[in-house]
Amino acid sequence: MKILCLIIVLAPLAGALIAGLSGRSIGRAGAHWVTITGVALSFLLSLVVFKQVILDPAASMSIDVYRWAVLGGLNLKVGFLIDPLTVTMMLVVTFVSLMVHIYTIGYMHDDPGYQRFFAYISLFTFSMLMLVMSNNFLQLFFGWEAVGLVSYLLIGFWYTRESAIHANLKAFLVNRVGDFGFLLGIAAVLAVFGSLDYLAVFSQAPGASGQTIAIAAGIEWPAMTVICLLLFVGAMAKSAQVPLHVWLPDSMEGPTPISALIHAATMVTAGIFMVARMSPLFEFSDVALSVILVIGALTAFFMGLVGIVQNDIKRVVAYSTLSQLGYMTVALGASAYSIAIFHLFTHAFFKALLFLAAGSVIVALHHEQDMRKMGGLRERMPVTYWTALIGTLALVGFPGFSGFFSKDAIIEAVHYSNLPGAGLAYILVTAGVFITAFYSFRLLFLTFHGESPDRGKVVGRITESPAVITVPLVLLAIPSVFAGLFIGPLVFGDYFGDSLRVLDHHGAVAELQSHYHGLGSFIVHGFQGPAVWLMFAGILSAWWVYRRQPTIADLGKRKLRLLYNVLFYKYGFDELYQGLFATGTHRVGTVCSSFGDRMLIDGLVVNGFARAVNWCSLRVRNVQSGYLYHYAFTMILGLLVLLGIRYL
Amino acid sequence: MESLNADVLMALPEVFMLAAASVVLLIGLYTGRASETLAYVLSLAALITTAVLVYSTSASSESFAFGGMYLNDPLAQAIKLFACVTVAAVLMYARPYLQQRARISAEFYALGLFATLGTLVMASAHNFVLIYLGLELLSLCLYALVAFVRDSRDASEAAIKYFVLGAIASGMLLYGMSIMYGLTGSLDLAGINAYLAQSGANRIALVFALAFIVVGLAFKFGAVPFHMWVPDVYQGAPTAITLFIATMPKLAAFVMAIRLLNYGLQELLADWQQMLMVLTVLSVVFGNVIAIAQTNIKRMLAYSAISHIGFILLGILPGTDFGYAAALFYTVIYVLMAAGTFGVLILLGDREREMDRLVDLKGLAKTSPWFALIMMVLMFSMAGVPLTVGFYAKLYVLQSLVYDGWLSVAVLAVVMSVVGAFYYLRVVKYMYFDEADDVFQVQPSGLAQAVLSVNGLLVVALFIFPNALLNYCVQVLG
Repeated sequence: MKILCLIIVLAPLAGALIAGLSGRSIGRAGAHWVTITGVALSFLLSLVVFKQVILDPAASMSIDVYRWAVLGGLNLKVGFLIDPLTVTMMLVVTFVSLMVHIYTIGYMHDDPGYQRFFAYISLFTFSMLMLVMSNNFLQLFFGWEAVGLVSYLLIGFWYTRESAIHANLKAFLVNRVGDFGFLLGIAAVLAVFGSLDYLAVFSQAPGASGQTIAIAAGIEWPAMTVICLLLFVGAMAKSAQVPLHVWLPDSMEGPTPISALIHAATMVTAGIFMVARMSPLFEFSDVALSVILVIGALTAFFMGLVGIVQNDIKRVVAYSTLSQLGYMTVALGASAYSIAIFHLFTHAFFKALLFLAAGSVIVALHHEQDMRKMGGLRERMPVTYWTALIGTLALVGFPGFSGFFSKDAIIEAVHYSNLPGAGLAYILVTAGVFITAFYSFRLLFLTFHGESPDRGKVVGRITESPAVITVPLVLLAIPSVFAGLFIGPLVFGDYFGDSLRVLDHHGAVAELQSHYHGLGSFIVHGFQGPAVWLMFAGILSAWWVYRRQPTIADLGKRKLRLLYNVLFYKYGFDELYQGLFATGTHRVGTVCSSFGDRMLIDGLVVNGFARAVNWCSLRVRNVQSGYLYHYAFTMILGLLVLLGIRYL
Repeated sequence: MESLNADVLMALPEVFMLAAASVVLLIGLYTGRASETLAYVLSLAALITTAVLVYSTSASSESFAFGGMYLNDPLAQAIKLFACVTVAAVLMYARPYLQQRARISAEFYALGLFATLGTLVMASAHNFVLIYLGLELLSLCLYALVAFVRDSRDASEAAIKYFVLGAIASGMLLYGMSIMYGLTGSLDLAGINAYLAQSGANRIALVFALAFIVVGLAFKFGAVPFHMWVPDVYQGAPTAITLFIATMPKLAAFVMAIRLLNYGLQELLADWQQMLMVLTVLSVVFGNVIAIAQTNIKRMLAYSAISHIGFILLGILPGTDFGYAAALFYTVIYVLMAAGTFGVLILLGDREREMDRLVDLKGLAKTSPWFALIMMVLMFSMAGVPLTVGFYAKLYVLQSLVYDGWLSVAVLAVVMSVVGAFYYLRVVKYMYFDEADDVFQVQPSGLAQAVLSVNGLLVVALFIFPNALLNYCVQVLG
């Protein structure tokens, strides 16, 4: 098992190193073969581990691979925690990564940075596996930072573009804010529990629920609430929750396979995974759960709204990702961890599918991303169209498709939650269904239906993408349809075992469980709630506005000028941050730099000290005269000193 | 008769080394290329065989021979192994250098092997006389090696200084030992310790003797103010010889310090701690500060060595097992780093020129990127920057200090490490950010280059896996 896990983690790393360091000598084909082999090996072995763990729940285990260092009684280790939650994530990560690797062959075909790209995405797979398989907080943090680093590198992959540089800097800075909270959270864990090992911390959690921690002089907060809120700040940045979401839409500057792999299916869900992993901690803080619930609901609703007014095909999908991440977060807040992971699971497939389909369109149109210039691609790109349709139906939650099960379960779970804020959250996530359906079908109609505005020029020579692009689409379409069927065991069964922990008074899932009587009745039950009808209403409105009466869109834009502008400028988050933090920080930085740094530190302390040392150095070295009798004399003096200190 | 057999068997590594060194010396009677090659191969074989012999003598516990004079224990075994490996690496580095200058002969190898024999004896010595014997055997070989290039003025001057000062230091050590013998009536380390433990000998006289012994030790280490020979010898000796002096004898000095201070004079802990504190503080401060003003890289490394010696002594200072282990760890790592650094200098020099000025390194990143990379790793390691094992070496020593309450000394050591970082990073700056004054082409020998690469990689690899070596050190000194 230990060897197996090591190979799973190290195979993509080996691929990344080979492709990255000797990319030139192994060539383009060499680079993609070596990385794909590594990731495929990881995927197959993940299947083996998955089978072992699922068949035999006792196979869950914490494996210490290597003790890296011991600091003051604190063991810093590298190790793996293999349980149902971990193996699920391993499967999702390696499968989507494999698909994206294959797809990249087609998408990046003409790019000069071909080998570099493969090295990065394999490195990402390694980092993500380190994150999900970790059995301690330090390694979690390593993976957390490593995926952030690769994300930064990949958003700025086309580093000659001004906008890409801006976007990757933004992603980096916003994630620093989250990492700051996350690191403080880990420090708080260490302070309260005295260990960084998951199992040791989790087993102490019930006993520590009454403890308090002083966050400032005289102010005592419950320790669990402080820890959970700090950790969640990290999750907010990584999983792009309001108000730390601003980096994700801009991250679409990176190549599309990256948007699919990192910014939709895997890395952005790291925050969701982390909270689920820490469920034994989060369960003991109702305050933190309430905050999570409200933040998630706000993200789900308001980011979906922004998606309606975007014209860049990838940005629409990006805002839909934000909104869906909000749904997962809501589920976490309702203590429905299994449902959150289930939605993560289905979302990974259909959102990766949507991104890759968007990428297929972009490639076919020679890197045109503006939907207003598209249209009528249905006949010319049938495979892309049908797979995109499947992805969209899954996304909006069409009954029977995977998204339906996971999303409906979330809405129901929120319904049953009794935390403060659950009422608001329920309204927002239910209304969000309408919005999701509206913007998703807007995208579909604008891109694939109707006529292109300048048909002769752009659409004329368009053909379907090559097999390396369409095959991953088809392979991802299959789980997009059927992944929902696993809801029985995954959510309502005993699938996750002990890896997720829910206290009795957070009974949303238990409540759902008691109402669950098989897939069919779940679908039927869905029709009794408002969500499905809102979904149909959304599709219908989109059809009406963008197919039937295209003038309505313009009319609406004019009549609702204010609302449109609010949405178009994304509620002004970017401007606020730019004005307040970026400019403000820059100004403070300039003052500090010119006065504090250059004058005080550089001038007085560093250079002054250096000059003093240098001066001493030049004087003292004259003692070394080269004369033997000086040397001997010094030795005698030294002897006298040694004698003197003991006698005097 | 039987007991003599057992004794000789236990000391088999030393006996073998003595025989091998004598054979190599005999080969030296014949001149010519073939005899040199033969001596080289035989020396390497002798070192490897000795290492194997050392390894195969089980030393899980302490066992004595020759009436308690000779001690075989894990520490002795560890020092002997490290010494053999180090000398083998040094010979591989040094050979192309000396060959290029047509100055090599079998005598070089013979001297090297005898010096190693001296270290082996010191590692197992459990008696004042034997310690002194090993020390003199080692030192005499070193004096001769420094003067090995007879027509070099610098080398001759360095050798004579080294010899005279070494003689004074030896005299002091011997004087201290004889007083100690007079007071305790024993030359045996355990005997001295037992005597000191059970009866109050004349305190004033004991401290007097101790001070002389500490001077002898400090000179061997090269700690301030007994360091004056270090810069002159490092600079004056041919680089290949400097490499020899900078590495293996540090192991010998370390084991001598442990044997004398921990095994023999443990009862005087409070006294020698104070003396060591003066030495360490002076070494760390002066070593680092004076190194900044140097323009000659060998001289700079000499002062850097003094500051590292300060760190090794800092590990011994608390007198705890973990401190000793940290000091051994530091010693081994320092030997590794010093071997690599001088190795780079050796490989970069050629027939016409020595690489000994700092400015000679300018633009090295362009002319030979691999060497520059290794040199950078080594400099970072010496400065104690993470991602290199030098960081752990410093960390463990500081940890042992803090555990035992030597907080102010630890803080001073850290501050001085920052000062030290300056001159190490200056080397990196010269290599990577400056243009070369004149273009030169490096044509190193394949073997030496391979050894150097392994050497550099070890510095990084030990950062990722420091525990194996640390655990070994702890176990050896447990």
